[in-house]
Amino acid sequence: MATTTTRPAASSTSVENSLAAAKLPTYALWIVFGVSFAVVGAVLLLIAIASEAEFNYAGWLIIGGLLYALSTWLFSSLVEGRRRGMDRFITALVIGAFVIAMIPLISVTWTVVSLGAARFDIEFFSYSMRNVTGEGGGALHAIVGTLEMTGMAALISIPIGLMTSIYLVEYGRGAVARGITFLVDVMTGIPSIVAGLFAYSLFSIFLGPGTRTGFAGSIALAVLMIPVVVRSSEEMLRLVPNELREASYALGVPKWLTIVKVVLPTSIAGITTGIMLSIARVIGETAPLLIAAGFTASMNYNLFEGRMSSLPVFVYTQYANQGNPPEAYLDRAWAGALTLIIIVMALNLVARLVARTFAPKTGR
Amino acid sequence: MTTTTQAPPIRGKQRAGDRVFSGSAVFAGAMILVTLGAVAIFLIVQSVPALFATSENASILTTNFWDYVWPLLFGTVWAAALALIIATPLSIGIALFISHYAPRRLASVLGYIVDLLAAVPSVVFGLWGIGVLAPAVQPLYSWLVDNMGWFPLFAGPVSGTGRTILTAAVVLAVMVLPIMTAINREVFLQTPVLHEEAALALGATRWEMIRTAVLPFGAPGMLSAGVLGLGRALGETMAVAMVLSATGAVTFQLLTSVNPSTIAANIALSFPEAYGININVLIATGLILFIVTFGVNALARWVVSRRKEFSGAN
Repeated sequence: MATTTTRPAASSTSVENSLAAAKLPTYALWIVFGVSFAVVGAVLLLIAIASEAEFNYAGWLIIGGLLYALSTWLFSSLVEGRRRGMDRFITALVIGAFVIAMIPLISVTWTVVSLGAARFDIEFFSYSMRNVTGEGGGALHAIVGTLEMTGMAALISIPIGLMTSIYLVEYGRGAVARGITFLVDVMTGIPSIVAGLFAYSLFSIFLGPGTRTGFAGSIALAVLMIPVVVRSSEEMLRLVPNELREASYALGVPKWLTIVKVVLPTSIAGITTGIMLSIARVIGETAPLLIAAGFTASMNYNLFEGRMSSLPVFVYTQYANQGNPPEAYLDRAWAGALTLIIIVMALNLVARLVARTFAPKTGR
Repeated sequence: MTTTTQAPPIRGKQRAGDRVFSGSAVFAGAMILVTLGAVAIFLIVQSVPALFATSENASILTTNFWDYVWPLLFGTVWAAALALIIATPLSIGIALFISHYAPRRLASVLGYIVDLLAAVPSVVFGLWGIGVLAPAVQPLYSWLVDNMGWFPLFAGPVSGTGRTILTAAVVLAVMVLPIMTAINREVFLQTPVLHEEAALALGATRWEMIRTAVLPFGAPGMLSAGVLGLGRALGETMAVAMVLSATGAVTFQLLTSVNPSTIAANIALSFPEAYGININVLIATGLILFIVTFGVNALARWVVSRRKEFSGAN
């Protein structure tokens, strides 16, 4: 039996190939871009002139961006087809999301630098707030407090954190290691204010209610810092290739010496970076120090005696307890914020540099 | 037939250095356990008196503890949820921009710039929220109340300072943005290149490739990023304490001067002047915050662990 297959008749209507269809030239999008921002800018400028208000830059950016996204979508849908139109629309939205995220960053930086510069002077770094009302005074007591408390917190948490990560990577097996990993996870999620409450209740139970010392602040910071140190060091230790350990064992080197002489030197750059980033994270903490260490206007070099100010708490108290004239207090708050940001950014920058400079040379 | 006797397992020689080193590593691991146990125990011990406190012995309470903590808990969850609604689409967009849209050479630099947001201390965000953001958005709020007041969330009267729960949520969103972006970016970069290339080879546009290959693959990761961001937003203290002018009411309205406070902000504001059993009340609210964030983080971990099963191999 002969089967006859009927061939599909050549379709008379040609299927439109959407990808080979008309394509907008690149400059067309730039024209749309320019026109949308120019139109929105002109409208906002008219509004600003009419109401004698300042030109609204954020509004210009946001409305202009939205207009651009919508008009490329319309334009491209008409010329290039629905699918390409959607693609261009999403591209505009995705770029817009990044630009929107840059607005607070630029705004914060600009505000802190411009307002903080007013009191960013020598007096600010050489005086405390003792007997200062109104203008003058400085944040030396807060800077000293921040350095001492953060230093103490680092002294507590670096050994514990580093040894825990060594335990997890080199020794830990089975349920115990899983349990500790779980607990570190839980610790990562402790809200900073809860860490402050913990340190406060610890000291008020043993040393009487209302005890606030710099050391309590260090304990609160250490609770926040340990899980970060564990996490980053663990990650770095796991990056050390197993071949290095095995080569060392094969030469008869004991395990602890392998860790000290082979594993740690290989990963030291990454560990240092992680530790510096964790310090940068806790040095800006306000709430736990406000609760555990309190605040004071005087110098206090003793971690174990009396309340201790820190830079973030100084910023907060200067803002919250404004006296007369309020500008003096606000200027000090902004100068403190500027100092804090410079410290944190410097730590971040140095940490990245360390990671880049001292990274182990891979053989290939 | 020969029977072989089981040879005793070869044991490595235990050196003194090994013992000291492994001992101290175990000790450090145990310290984590002790610290966490101590946090739980001390908070619980200090909270017990508060649970039975009434307005007679704690001046901060109006009736009993639970009436005091309920509006705060509501405010905490509401502010964090608002922050998440703002931050989730933004973080996905930024992560997509860095992983799939930006030139590859620039990608790591752009990621670093977003990470810089995480480096700004919360007290600075608080100052910025009061000094810059609140005055800037106040006209927008007036406009919303005047023109869209029929929408229940935007009901008036408008706050004159702009220090409403929506402003606090925007600041919170900015603060959780870096961590959420970082996780989303990692997940999007893990999408198998073959999936992406297959989609492109079938003629998909870039967005269609992302919709069909990247987003389904990254969905569990995006979910866990959201939950982690929620955990962060719940516990954030200073920015909310400074920006929000709270009255302690339970309301969903976003733009009025009647706002619920959050647990963390309330502790920071009330603790320095607290005395007697009021301190226990505040610590008990802190314990509740701890329990809530613990639950949220456990959820995030569960989501991540579920994801491990079906990623990687395929």
